[in-house]
Amino acid sequence: MKEPYIQITDQVLDPEEITRKVREPDKGSVITFLGTARNETDGRPVLFLEYEAYEGMVINTITTISFDLQKAWGPLDMAFSHRTGRVNVGEISMVVAIATPHRKEGFTASWAAVDQIKLTVPIWKKEVYEDGSSWVGCDNEHLNPIADSVHLEKSPY
Amino acid sequence: MLSIKVRLFALYRERLKTSELTLMVRAGSTVRDFVDQLAQEHPNIGPLLEHTAIAVNEVYAENSQILTKGDELALLPPVSGGSI
Repeated sequence: MKEPYIQITDQVLDPEEITRKVREPDKGSVITFLGTARNETDGRPVLFLEYEAYEGMVINTITTISFDLQKAWGPLDMAFSHRTGRVNVGEISMVVAIATPHRKEGFTASWAAVDQIKLTVPIWKKEVYEDGSSWVGCDNEHLNPIADSVHLEKSPY
Repeated sequence: MLSIKVRLFALYRERLKTSELTLMVRAGSTVRDFVDQLAQEHPNIGPLLEHTAIAVNEVYAENSQILTKGDELALLPPVSGGSI
């Protein structure tokens, strides 16, 4: 099992640097996902975002996702980077790069990875509006990261 | 009695105005016991605790897990990272 590359930083993310971590001669498919800060939520304009991470557990949960993907899809390299602190609209908050020998596994694994990251990895997002702010998800209906976990061996949709 | 540290993030950190707390719990207490005690000692986070996962030593834990000396807990509100 290959361990994923994991970066948590308050600096601007470089997708090229993260993508380079997974490129290998035996991997013909490299898929890089960028999560970027959007300018509105449910019609409410967002001024900027703030992210907070529980770093030690981010490492554990990302590693678990990578290992589960390798068990399901075979050879796979993964690199993950997330920004903490303030992220302005349009900026990159997260980069996930996944390399596999062929694209079929790559596309499905990337899809499943991003969904599972957003369910189980302890990073929280605060949206700041003109007239207030809110921690996204904190008023969710009961969401259970163990029971609701994505089946990483199949396409989530 | 055990001294157990709990890390606080996001809304918890803001409401309790600190990024960590320490609770004294009876030996043999479970995660559930800890959460109940926390809610009693800090009523302003009671409602939040219903929708919160708990980690023990950086791993998701079940309510029934028994706490031991040196355990670090964390309160993890839902991490919803954006709409699908």
